Amino acid sequence: MLGRLTLDAIPYDNPIVMGAVLFMVVCALAVVGGISHFRLWRPLWSEWLTSVDHKNIGIMYIVLAIVMLVRGFSDAIMMRAQQALASDGGAGYLPPQHFDQVFTAHGVIMIFFMAMPFVIGLMNLVVPLQIGARDVAFPYLNSMSLWLTTAGAVLVNLSLAVGNFARTGWLAYPPLSELHFSPDVGVDYYIWSLQISGVGTLLAAVNMITTILRLRAPGMTMMRVPIFTWTSLCSSMLIVAAFPILTATLAMLSLDRYLGMHFFTNAAGGNPMMYVNLIWAWGHPEVYILILPCFGIYSEVIATFSGKPLFGYTSMVYASVCITVLSFIVWLHHFFTMGSGADVNAFFGITTMIIAVPTGVKIFNWLFTMYRGRVRFTTPVLWTIGFMVTFTIGGMTGVLLAVPPADFVLHNSLFLVAHFHNAIIGGVVFGCMAGFNYWFPKATGFRLDERLGKISFWCWLVGFYLAFMPLYLLGLMGMTRRLDRVDNPVWHIYLVVAMVGAGIIFCGILAQLAQIFVSVRDRVALKDATGDPWNGRTLEWAVASPPPFYNFAETPVVRARDAFWQMKRLGIAHRELPAYHQIHMPRNTGAGFIVGGFAAVLGFALVWHIWWLAIGAFAGAIVTAIAHSFNENRDYHVPSELVALTEARYLQKRLQEA
Amino acid sequence: MSADIRLAGAAEAALLAEAEDAYEGVHDAAGTVTLGFWIYLMSDCVLFAALFASFAVLRDQSAGGPDAREIFRLPYVLVETACLLVSSFTYGMAMIAMDRNRGREMLGWIGLTLLLGAGFLSMEVHEFASLIREGAGPDRSGFLTAFFTLVGTHGLHVLSGMVWMAVLIAHVLRRGLTEANRTRLSCLSLFWHFLDIVWIGVFTVVYLIGVA
Amino acid sequence: MDRLSNPGVRGRGIVSLSGVSPVGSDMSADRAFLSSRVLRRMAAVAALAGTAPLLGGCQVALLDPMGPIGAAEKSIILFATALMLIVVVPVIVLTLAFAWHYRASNTDAVYAPEWEHSRAIETVVWAVPCLIIAALGTVTWISTHRLDPYRPIASGEKPIPVEVVSLDWKWLFIYPEQGVASVNELAMPVDVPVEFRLTSSSVMNAFFIPELGSQIYTMAGMQSRLGLMASRVGNYEGFSTNYSGDGFSGMSFTARAMSAADFASWVKNARAAPGALTLASYRALARPSEDVKVRYYSAVAPGLYHDVLNQCTGGGPCRDAAMSLAMAKQALGANFSLCSPADPRGTP
Repeated sequence: MLGRLTLDAIPYDNPIVMGAVLFMVVCALAVVGGISHFRLWRPLWSEWLTSVDHKNIGIMYIVLAIVMLVRGFSDAIMMRAQQALASDGGAGYLPPQHFDQVFTAHGVIMIFFMAMPFVIGLMNLVVPLQIGARDVAFPYLNSMSLWLTTAGAVLVNLSLAVGNFARTGWLAYPPLSELHFSPDVGVDYYIWSLQISGVGTLLAAVNMITTILRLRAPGMTMMRVPIFTWTSLCSSMLIVAAFPILTATLAMLSLDRYLGMHFFTNAAGGNPMMYVNLIWAWGHPEVYILILPCFGIYSEVIATFSGKPLFGYTSMVYASVCITVLSFIVWLHHFFTMGSGADVNAFFGITTMIIAVPTGVKIFNWLFTMYRGRVRFTTPVLWTIGFMVTFTIGGMTGVLLAVPPADFVLHNSLFLVAHFHNAIIGGVVFGCMAGFNYWFPKATGFRLDERLGKISFWCWLVGFYLAFMPLYLLGLMGMTRRLDRVDNPVWHIYLVVAMVGAGIIFCGILAQLAQIFVSVRDRVALKDATGDPWNGRTLEWAVASPPPFYNFAETPVVRARDAFWQMKRLGIAHRELPAYHQIHMPRNTGAGFIVGGFAAVLGFALVWHIWWLAIGAFAGAIVTAIAHSFNENRDYHVPSELVALTEARYLQKRLQEA
Repeated sequence: MSADIRLAGAAEAALLAEAEDAYEGVHDAAGTVTLGFWIYLMSDCVLFAALFASFAVLRDQSAGGPDAREIFRLPYVLVETACLLVSSFTYGMAMIAMDRNRGREMLGWIGLTLLLGAGFLSMEVHEFASLIREGAGPDRSGFLTAFFTLVGTHGLHVLSGMVWMAVLIAHVLRRGLTEANRTRLSCLSLFWHFLDIVWIGVFTVVYLIGVA
Repeated sequence: MDRLSNPGVRGRGIVSLSGVSPVGSDMSADRAFLSSRVLRRMAAVAALAGTAPLLGGCQVALLDPMGPIGAAEKSIILFATALMLIVVVPVIVLTLAFAWHYRASNTDAVYAPEWEHSRAIETVVWAVPCLIIAALGTVTWISTHRLDPYRPIASGEKPIPVEVVSLDWKWLFIYPEQGVASVNELAMPVDVPVEFRLTSSSVMNAFFIPELGSQIYTMAGMQSRLGLMASRVGNYEGFSTNYSGDGFSGMSFTARAMSAADFASWVKNARAAPGALTLASYRALARPSEDVKVRYYSAVAPGLYHDVLNQCTGGGPCRDAAMSLAMAKQALGANFSLCSPADPRGTP
């Protein structure tokens, strides 16, 4: 009846896990209690869970990302504590079975459920506004994408309480991840959480590409598209080209595990190295999927706060496209040590280095955007400058790792760990934080507290260097990654320093949470009545903060690259229109949320081999989607009077502010 | 820059007219849906590319089990192929009928397509079942694993196309050939022809080259 | 842990005192010196103080190589880093300088609110990275071929072949020419190239001795190859760098580089060990175990490495035999079979 699921699946005997579970339950209960107390269930359902508004969906993606950041970070600090405690003869506090789950979960959560939702959330929030659209091309699909991603995240968190997570490393290399070597449910949780969220990601990308290609405001030619939208387009194209490979690869792994097939097994002609090739054919583009939109964010931030157009816009676009294309021909640099021939290794090493060229050009372009500008040191700018310095170092170590003979000694060492954290924290996390601080007023109507934002930045920056510079040195000393214990007093000291660094990053995260809390509390004082708190350049700043649900009362006409800047110069921004038209908008629907719910149940049932439930949940999801297709009442027209009223209120508020 | 700002008067007027259209909701919704569906199809293409690649890697790994020449019966697969190719043709006829606003005729063609799809699928299921009975199931060797997965994934796509067809028949019977239904039918048309093309790849790479 | 009792090893197992006394010069002196935990810590702190500011200290295994491969790789790392610093340092300096100089409060700085393009600057910012990458790419192409792990090391000495099997979670070293085998200890004479042939009994691992250079994956059913050579006597720690399961952290071995005479006596000592490596004792050894102690086998069953590589230690058909059967079938039609000891008539 319940497949493999028994009461033993709950790790009662593990105090750390049970503590974490208890904490999660308490948090969930507090949220539920709060919603009930303030009678928010109805608005939560009708304005958020069923929302098809790209802005709300973007915000929910970002909330998911922040929650998962906390979860993923707690894994990080557990690892750093274990390595610090168990590197000087001690045993630490985590047995290998637990430590191995922690590093696997950390990688999976940070990439798939922190970085991806953060980036996609910002894309959702900003891209339609930047191109002057009412919403994305497929609003209902957008809602479904969000809830599929959330379903994956729910599964990962569920693995903490029921059963266990994979102990394979974040890419689950076979044969270790095959049934023979990992017979428990961990890898199954891994597979299904990634499959479900992967479908969500793919659909989100299809949506984003269609939106950017089809819904741009009149006059916005491709060479006038704001750079963040450009990089979002590149990133989405990479998703469409790369995520199916992940889907296929994980499907093959699950066929091995569920139906006894032999894709990647040692026996019967399977080939584990095929998995390694396939997963990196997805995995390397994935890195650029994350970093490209962040490059876009830095470009927007640095141009806005330098009071200048972005230097070398055309170069920037070409550089982004170069990176997009090149990212598909470098995957083998993740396993030079497999023993491919010298020609193959050298080819992939050199293609990897070539990517450094467009990336380097981008750094120079940001540099020259500041040149002869008036740089305002707001929080987003601090993140950007922190990025430029940090990422340059990460890029350098990355190119070093791309030299096969250097990789032969640095591969899988802590040097490698330091490198990709240098690129991902210094590039993606800093970028998301910059974007978060930059667009927060647009999404909510009030700014974030600057002081706490800066504290958070400095904690992250200092913490980052303390946490990862010792790892570079440890890598050069020959320390390999994923060790749950080691006995070496020299290394011990570096590992303690790294743990202190992680602790300082933790202060940074606390400061961020405090920043959100304080800003919500002081929302009146931090109010942005103008809609344009930073003297922005692109169209998202042309509307109120938060924007009305229909975004633009009148579709803007784009006459130049920095469209809103141009409107302000020509004195045609914030015009009251002689007449307003009715606006065609999509209706909210619960279908996406319900499909996501069924998907979570489906994943759970598949993990535990509860076949009747799996069939039921799958049928439920399909029937919901089909039923939704019969719903003809999907859209409506906003009356022109309502539009006129909303716009008049906003313009009046602006006037008062001025 | 200045030339950039001052668009010629005619162009400006055209842009404004376009803007007017945009918020009147005259935007070409069908075109947008079709483009989105195309992009999705490209991702499906990549999925199949991954499966083809894994088949290419594993095709010689028969691990002591039967190899391609022992299990494939070309005449049988040829009939299967013919079923699918003809179904693409009948779907094309359905689209022509739709363009001529002949709802009933279109449904007839769609029904025929559905039948041909069912024929293809039942032949494939039969082929799979007899292989498994003979001990040449997907768990026998790397080659059979890759074969069953590639061909089976295509089969699952055909099955979902058939479910979709059934749903669209219901849509058309309910509302007739509305704009939304036409768009849906065009997307399914893309999907169905796409499966045809993938099958030609499967037929060539798996069956023809396998037996050669 | 077991390796605590083996204090001369350089590597993650224990602090190396190579900065205090030459590696491997006098093991007993090291051991006496290290007997106190307090002293160990003091040595560690001293070492940290010495190495933290500079990477040149001898604690840094990769920058203090003990063989020609490691030395070549070290020089590539240093060269590539230096080459990239040509552009990295100016970028970081300019970032901070521009940000500071063009801060909003500095109204003396030039402000050019429309300036967004300069052909000269753009040419330079594309050209400089291109030139650096062109230089680095050339070095990469040459060095990748020169340091290909499959390429034999140039030396007057005849190379010693060693067959390496990664097991859950220990290392097996088979010396086909000497007819002995060892677990978690690799002996090699200095200045003689060692040709490793490597495979895995189960999951993937990677074979790595930081002081000697290049690592390489070990994969079940596949053979990788690696040439290494030690040029200084010493004990270096080797381990797996590719996570392989619960016992991964304890999966280390000692690579003992010794004089030719010491190597001969090491072999002699191994030959005197109780027990030979037969199929049965291999199967016992292959069972998962953690933190395995060093042991030696006096003899090795012929073809054992072949059987591990071809995954037939369990009794099934060997992979290479199955492959030739399949190829013969391809060539000669379906009704064909090879004969084997179990099936001498070769029934199809």
